[in-house]
Amino acid sequence: MTAVKRPAGRVWKLPGDVDTDQLAPGETMKHGIDVTARHCLQALRPDFAAGVRAGDVLVAGPNFGIGSSREQAASVLVHLGVAAVIAPSFGGLYFRNAFNVGLLLLTCARAAEIADGESVSFDARAARVRRADGRALPCEPVPGFLLDRVDAGGLLPQLKRRLSKETR
Amino acid sequence: MDAPQHRPRIDAPGTLAQKLVARACGNDRVTPGQIVSCRVDLAMFHDSSGPRRLQPLLAELGAQIWDKDKVVLVIDHYVPEADDESRRIVRIARDWAAEQRLPHVYDSLGICHVVVPQHGHLVPGMFCVGGDSHSPTGGAFGAYMFGIGATEMLGVMVTGEIWLKVPETIFMQWDGRLADGVSAKDMMLAMLGRHGMNGGAYQAVEFCGAAVSALPMQERMTLSNMSAELGAQVGLVAPDATTQAWLAAHGAPDADVAPWHSDAGAPGTRHVHDAASLAPQVALPHSPANARGVDELDATRIDIAYIGACTGAKLDDLRAAARVLAGRHVAAGVQLLVAPASVRDAADAEGEGVLRTLRDAGATLLPSACGACAGYGSRIPEGSTVISSTARNFKGRMGAATARIYLGSPYTVAASALRGVISDAREVLA
Repeated sequence: MTAVKRPAGRVWKLPGDVDTDQLAPGETMKHGIDVTARHCLQALRPDFAAGVRAGDVLVAGPNFGIGSSREQAASVLVHLGVAAVIAPSFGGLYFRNAFNVGLLLLTCARAAEIADGESVSFDARAARVRRADGRALPCEPVPGFLLDRVDAGGLLPQLKRRLSKETR
Repeated sequence: MDAPQHRPRIDAPGTLAQKLVARACGNDRVTPGQIVSCRVDLAMFHDSSGPRRLQPLLAELGAQIWDKDKVVLVIDHYVPEADDESRRIVRIARDWAAEQRLPHVYDSLGICHVVVPQHGHLVPGMFCVGGDSHSPTGGAFGAYMFGIGATEMLGVMVTGEIWLKVPETIFMQWDGRLADGVSAKDMMLAMLGRHGMNGGAYQAVEFCGAAVSALPMQERMTLSNMSAELGAQVGLVAPDATTQAWLAAHGAPDADVAPWHSDAGAPGTRHVHDAASLAPQVALPHSPANARGVDELDATRIDIAYIGACTGAKLDDLRAAARVLAGRHVAAGVQLLVAPASVRDAADAEGEGVLRTLRDAGATLLPSACGACAGYGSRIPEGSTVISSTARNFKGRMGAATARIYLGSPYTVAASALRGVISDAREVLA
């Protein structure tokens, strides 16, 4: 198991157009990630912040993460232990932010077929999500350097490694 | 800022976006879908996205900023400081700017997307990043500028570089001429209604056609600004004589616009829109894409009319509101709030008598900062119905989960304040 290849995780189903302000509400932004995490998705899934477990997976409709550049909207999910977000499309800025903070996103046209509460596994390097019944759903391939970034835990650990090599 | 030196030689017809990216990555040509590494000419961030995140991360890395002259810090989100947390965040920004001896700092002078070009930092051909989603505003000047998050900004601070997937271009062509009382904001809301919030698909949008060429600089900025809502990475306008004249008046004389345009026959998708038949547009709660003509709305009473933000409170926006409100007064029970986008715009508007007109009409003037637009500073009361010239009406965006926020142009906001219901400014101006 790596960050981009995971065994089964429980699915939280979300609608389309989940925006950054729902993931990281503006009024929580000055208080730090712990407070933001308690209010993550409160308007859509009031049970989510308290109920989510490490390794769980979000499955959403199109345009997940549209809106603001605030990367807390991605890092809050890492903070809560979410293993990946699977959706037919993502906000472009959110897509960059997610990989930079070590959150895997899988673009999957058939995400809607996955049910709430079901268990899915995924192998991002094979561009595949596997449902509880064994059926595979194809995903768009993610460039290898972005999967390496998720495996490294995000851009910050990568920069650390790069700088320590330069100074050695 | 130095004018870009390297000029790509492109033999096949290319788009403006391709030419800008090719220059930044040092290639003669780039192909959509190709992943390239670009040198950053300017990195802009503010008190919310910048120092409070970058300072500890840079310290943790033991790294230095790659080129301080290419960094601009604007303190605009948590000013004026309303509480202890805001004071702490702003103090971090000020202390860090002093400690780093940052040469370009604009503190409480207005909103970053308006302040940066007003001080001559953007010229056509540049490749820029901003720590804010409305950074595509810089595209109005023919610069490739887009928003990034704090961690990616850290990468830029350390390396001066950023990766990019070369975008396709979506040409948003506007033919004809806008009617009086119809503006760039209406064009954008109409595009959002037609193409949706991810219609830009994180590609490059280029606004073009006679109606775009006819727009003054600040109206072009409104289009580029809300490219973020269209889901585009950048929203470009090919620079021209209008751009040159504006830049010359704002500290960037002699801007070279000649290389920075899409060639005839450049590849891309084209959507054609008609400016002449466009009615003022209003976006209903809770999405900017929930747009329709103001004439299609049921009677909608409002409590608050808000003219603010980088999107909707620049000098041209204030002028538009003043034209509607001149010699008139807002309806009883309606609060008209005006937060000019920058101190310079406020001063210019004061000099022209525009602010006096607004005050006489009953407006309350607020500081030039992000304010209620993002729910950071002052907030809209719970349960209120708001018509706003800002960019976003997501649920809770302005700090109140139960508020109903409608988006419109400054003309529409002013006309609605006047009548107490969402109204068509063309009826007032006629």
